[in-house]
Amino acid sequence: MLSIKNLHVSIEGKPILRGLNLEVKPGEIHAIMGPNGSGKSTLAHVLSGREGYQIDSGSAIYKNLNLLEMAPEIRAREGIFLAFQYPIEIPGVNNTSFLKKALNEIRKHRGEEELDAIDFLSLIKKQMKLVEMNEDLLRRPVNQGFSGGEKKRNEILQMAVLNPELAILDETDSGLDIDALRIVASGVNKLRTESNAYVVITHYQRLLDHIIPDFVHVLSKGQIIKSGTKELALELEERGYDWLLEKSESPS
Amino acid sequence: MSIVSSCQFLFFNLDFFVQYALLAMNMDRKNQILNSENDKNIALSDEQQTIQNITNQDYKYGFVTDIEMEEFPLGLNENIVRMISAKKNEPEFMTEWRLKAYRHWLKMKEPKWPKLHYPEVNFDDLYYYAAPKNENAPKSLDEVDPELIRTFDKLGVPLEERELLAGVAVDAIIDSVSVATTFKNKLNELGIIFCPMSEAIQDHPDLIKKYLGTVVPYTDNFYATLNSAVFSDGSFVYIPPGIRCPMELSSYFRINAAKTGQFERTLIIADKGSYVSYLEGCTAPMRDENQLHAAIVELIAMEDAEIKYSTVQNWYAGNKEGVGGIYNFVTKRGLCAGNHSKISWTQVETGSAVTWKYPSCILKGDYSVGEFYSVALTNNFQQADTGTKMIHQGRNTRSLIISKGISAGKSNNAYRGLVKVSSKAENARNYSQCDSLLIGDQCGAHTYPYMEIENPSAQVEHEATTSKVSEDQIFYLNQRGISTEDAVGMIVSGYAREVFQQLPMEFAVEAQALMSLSLEGSVG
Ligand SMILES: Nc1ncnc2c1ncn2[C@@H]1O[C@H](COP(=O)(O)OP(=O)(O)OP(=O)(O)O)[C@@H](O)[C@H]1O
Ligand SMILES: [Mg+2]
Repeated sequence: MLSIKNLHVSIEGKPILRGLNLEVKPGEIHAIMGPNGSGKSTLAHVLSGREGYQIDSGSAIYKNLNLLEMAPEIRAREGIFLAFQYPIEIPGVNNTSFLKKALNEIRKHRGEEELDAIDFLSLIKKQMKLVEMNEDLLRRPVNQGFSGGEKKRNEILQMAVLNPELAILDETDSGLDIDALRIVASGVNKLRTESNAYVVITHYQRLLDHIIPDFVHVLSKGQIIKSGTKELALELEERGYDWLLEKSESPS
Repeated sequence: MSIVSSCQFLFFNLDFFVQYALLAMNMDRKNQILNSENDKNIALSDEQQTIQNITNQDYKYGFVTDIEMEEFPLGLNENIVRMISAKKNEPEFMTEWRLKAYRHWLKMKEPKWPKLHYPEVNFDDLYYYAAPKNENAPKSLDEVDPELIRTFDKLGVPLEERELLAGVAVDAIIDSVSVATTFKNKLNELGIIFCPMSEAIQDHPDLIKKYLGTVVPYTDNFYATLNSAVFSDGSFVYIPPGIRCPMELSSYFRINAAKTGQFERTLIIADKGSYVSYLEGCTAPMRDENQLHAAIVELIAMEDAEIKYSTVQNWYAGNKEGVGGIYNFVTKRGLCAGNHSKISWTQVETGSAVTWKYPSCILKGDYSVGEFYSVALTNNFQQADTGTKMIHQGRNTRSLIISKGISAGKSNNAYRGLVKVSSKAENARNYSQCDSLLIGDQCGAHTYPYMEIENPSAQVEHEATTSKVSEDQIFYLNQRGISTEDAVGMIVSGYAREVFQQLPMEFAVEAQALMSLSLEGSVG
């Protein structure tokens, strides 16, 4: 589904991703962990097409498409979804209208009929139960005045409605209280199918108690320095990153 | 049913969640709720499908120079003023009034505004009698620029109205006339007078004598004085005591609008305890050969009366290089004459090359209320200098100013507002909020709030913000599948939401679509 090969990315001449490789297959959940500033969000942004990043070399092929050459909205319509680490507020833009517009853009792209107001509302009502979100938030402008946790739930609600093939969750667990964490995780688990995949960026093993990953990768200084199964996350929780970093810094 | 349509369709709510509430009440009503017309509206409001794939909104038709006039020569002198008055069969007092204005105008100088730049208008080189016949007018919609037709599509302008708006030479607009007559009969029953100004001068000379020029005197300012001398036509509205006008006075005007010419004059009187909501203009672009527009609107609200006046202005703005376009110099003023009266101005200004406009309220009655809600959008080389004046004279008067300026391209957008509290206005209160939104970095936004406070009990608050459409916001929407142009349209509509909410529903939907259209080519 997604194949990243030797990806080098820099910002204003400063290398951030330095030869990153990642293979994601349908149905898989990949967790990406790693110290602050190691390039996790950068990876998420580059995959979703944010401007300001210089692709120096390497490739990212998604469903046989050359991802890095596509406009961000086309990537979204092709099924890539990013749950933002810091969801932005858009004053005055109604949350529901926005989401309806988004869904219909995606449906149009797929050649499906657009949903009318009523069908859309019944869908959103159903999906809202997954994240146990307060209906109030639907009537408010996008993320405006939402608490940190509400913003994160809103991201997952959007994911539930848009039903992406490849979802990238950038620290969705940060800022969630314990109940919310469980709710969001169970939402993800319910949305999981054999044909969609998740890349879950997190600092905490506890999320991975709820969303069980198939693979855990450690990103450091723009490279994946270690990959393993869910046990790796437990080990990281116990030992921190130091033992890995030391190893990777020694000449290979 | 033609005219009622695009400015008037049956429609539930701009806001999606109202339908949401309906859904919660009763899912089975689906079919009742959503007829196809509604679907169209929801599509318009929520999705602003307006903007894809049209390159820039090049205006469709330049000014046509080859104009055939009736018997009126070029330029302005007393004779022309008399001829205008005679042509309209006006009573003597009206002719005299026009002449007084003309003589006064001769002594005046055209104002020079620091923030507006435009070539000088040669007033001797204009025709002062409306309705020039244009031989080059398209004979049918097939001859109209397809771009215009597409704009109509995007705005949902019904077929029946398109010929009119595109300036197609049609002799009679059969459907329209009959609908207008139906309206008129209904209004007549209630004693409401709603007719062209020229008709009112003939049929209601007493009302005209009593009120015309009482809010905007003929000496008021250069353009207002010119208008008083040569005004072409406009609307006259009188609402009798205690009557709540049952419909938005708009669609009828929309027919008239094509013929009112460049010096419009409108007078609205709401007698004691009455209410009226009036819509001026239309979102659909209109063909016009006149470059200079100098209109006057006078509103008078008696005790306990309320007037809501909404404008959507979309005159030709000039091309992308800043050539051509309408100069729009308007004097709009409302008088809250009676206690507890209220006047509310709402405007969405997207057109014209140069706009100079300050809808104002004189709060004379005690406890009277003045409101001003404005969205002014400028793109390319457009210039807008707009705002309001709130003149507090009565006790316990209140005013509210919400101004949202949006500048894109190389345009300039200025808010200029005055809050004046005179010495007798005990406990006057004003709240002003003036926000500017910038798109790109070549445009300008300026705010000039003036205050003259002569009574210490006044509470006057002013807030101003300037913001940019942020790339993070655009990316967020992109990431959800929404194109950049749609994203900007949504962000801008969201920004102007407070003002749109003031507009009658059907107008709000169109206005939102219009904003997106006007912003085409401003990003990317
Ligand atoms: N716009 C920018 N300009 C300059 N440097 C940047 C920019 N954006 C990111 N960086 C740098 O790139 C590096 C990687 O940042 P990134 O946000 O991808 O880290 P992260 O792994 O997501 O960290 P965290 O765990 O704190 O979220 C950091 O050193 C950061 O300072
Ligand atoms: Mg990060």
